[in-house]
Amino acid sequence: MSRSLDAIYTIWLREMLRFIKSKSRIVGSGGQPLVWLAIVGVGLGTAFGLHIGSSSISYLTFVSPGLIGMTILFSSMFAGVSVIWDRQFGFLKEILVAPVSRLSIVLGKIAGSSTIAVMTALLILVIVAAIGVIPLSMLSVAGILEAIVFMFLASMTFVSIGLIIAALINNIESFQVLMNFFVMPLFFLSSALFPITGNVPAWLFDLAHIDPLFYSIDGMRASLIHFSTYPIYVDGAASVAFTIVFIAIATALFKRIEGK
Amino acid sequence: MQNTNAIELKALRKEFKVNGGKFVAVDGISFTVKEGEIFGLLGPNGAGKTTTISMLTTILSKTSGSVKICGFDVVREKEKVRELIGIIFQDPSLDDELTARENLDFHARLYGVKEDKKSIIEDVLRLVELEEYADRQVKTFSGGMKRRLEIARGFIHHPKVLFLDEPTIGLDPQTRRKIWSYITRLNKEKNLSIILTTHYMEEADELCDRIAIIDHGKIIKMGTPEGLKSSFGGDVIRIGTKEKKELHTLLKKVSGIKNIKESETGIEISGNDGSRLMPIIAKAANKNKLEIDYMTVKRPTLEDVFIGLTGRDIRDESASSKDVLRAFTRGRHR
Ligand SMILES: Nc1ncnc2c1ncn2[C@@H]1O[C@H](COP(=O)(O)OP(=O)(O)OP(=O)(O)O)[C@@H](O)[C@H]1O
Ligand SMILES: [Mg+2]
Repeated sequence: MSRSLDAIYTIWLREMLRFIKSKSRIVGSGGQPLVWLAIVGVGLGTAFGLHIGSSSISYLTFVSPGLIGMTILFSSMFAGVSVIWDRQFGFLKEILVAPVSRLSIVLGKIAGSSTIAVMTALLILVIVAAIGVIPLSMLSVAGILEAIVFMFLASMTFVSIGLIIAALINNIESFQVLMNFFVMPLFFLSSALFPITGNVPAWLFDLAHIDPLFYSIDGMRASLIHFSTYPIYVDGAASVAFTIVFIAIATALFKRIEGK
Repeated sequence: MQNTNAIELKALRKEFKVNGGKFVAVDGISFTVKEGEIFGLLGPNGAGKTTTISMLTTILSKTSGSVKICGFDVVREKEKVRELIGIIFQDPSLDDELTARENLDFHARLYGVKEDKKSIIEDVLRLVELEEYADRQVKTFSGGMKRRLEIARGFIHHPKVLFLDEPTIGLDPQTRRKIWSYITRLNKEKNLSIILTTHYMEEADELCDRIAIIDHGKIIKMGTPEGLKSSFGGDVIRIGTKEKKELHTLLKKVSGIKNIKESETGIEISGNDGSRLMPIIAKAANKNKLEIDYMTVKRPTLEDVFIGLTGRDIRDESASSKDVLRAFTRGRHR
């Protein structure tokens, strides 16, 4: 047991060290959503009108949790898939031959990557709160803590999905294609940019429900801006279920991954 | 753990699927490595050495056969096997973004090395003379420095069975000798069992207690380096003389000579222990007033045995595209 915790910590530590050394990743992962907020948020805000539906929520406020979700989606997915690079550079063999359980390898990778994703997400939350995009009056300690739980669940899910993709494909070209066909729909179906309620066509509404990010963002909206499609416990239950299922699949595939 | 062999493989086989068909990379290999033995695996490119080692070290599944490391099955008791082994991979396996020390620290932690972790890391860094570079990112290292770091890493936890896949590739002669002496020391002091692949015949000769020569996935010869060499026909003595006929007749009576033939400049004989035969020949010639201009003795090297058994052009023939690709990526990363 303590051996497994050591292994998880070791792999977590490596993720941290690599992140700290890579300046471009630090700037990129924090900067991208802010650029989106400035351009897409303001631009679409004008198109949608100032308020969402009949509520008093402005579009910028509405879109902020969505962009936090986007950050987590991109950053986590990328981190999970980075195992392909580990394989390319041979480091994966060093990990696979070590006397540690495959579950702890997966959990270590998830722990490291989601720490980074959630830290970035929190940074964005601080910024949008500081510039008043999410009014301070809406925020509470409990709400923020709930949002952090959703951030972690989302990140764990998407790192796992990234690991699954890495285990199934082994070249970088097909990974590019997959990312475009897979990540963008996940993002657009998540309600990050527009509300997905009874107003959208039924097929879109249904499809959104198999997107894990939909529940994460809905949950963050429930806890941060008190505007959501579902009550928080529904989002929470769905998120937990997705997380467990994807971690299990990632671990099962990792047991079969070969170091050659 | 008395009486268990370090490594025991029976009829080990590996097939790869290639373009719809199958390719047999390892074709029913069996051998045992005793505890404390250094066992060499020699063979041309593409012979199946790395594939064999990958299966022995649990990172590649086998098609059939059985493998036991210290009595534990590599499939059913993976975790236990992983505890007991250490490996230095043929291909690069470092995290280039991390520093040398961080790479070693990662390894030590994964293998649960806690006591004296710091001092062990210092020791292995000193062994490969990288102390000064310990805190530099590995991507700034030369190829040989990276290789030394990988070797250092293999020695951090104390494995019972060590796998070395072309460990000294790309190292300068001094460093190579240092690594050799460290390997033999570990083997003597800690009774470490070692399995080693190499293309350097002096390395195999110097280090290995026993050697298996493999080609096309099969073992074609196995034995001690001495045994392999003498099975190859013993020493060759070349004698320069103008009196070929007479000497030939004379030598037929000398015992210990296996084979005599006349050459352009004299006579060529083969026999075991050539350095002992030479004075006997000299004495006999002297007694019969036959003049000898010169005598040379050549011991067959392991390389002669290797080339004799595997053929000269096999190397090019089977350097598959994967090998080429590997050579290419290796060149790029290092
Ligand atoms: N993943 C794979 N898929 C298909 N064929 C493979 C695979 N891995 C190895 N092979 C083939 O199996 C054979 C044995 O390869 P292996 O790497 O074991 O050779 P080797 O003896 O280690 O050679 P070298 O001296 O070049 O390291 C080669 O012909 C190689 O092309
Ligand atoms: Mg090899």
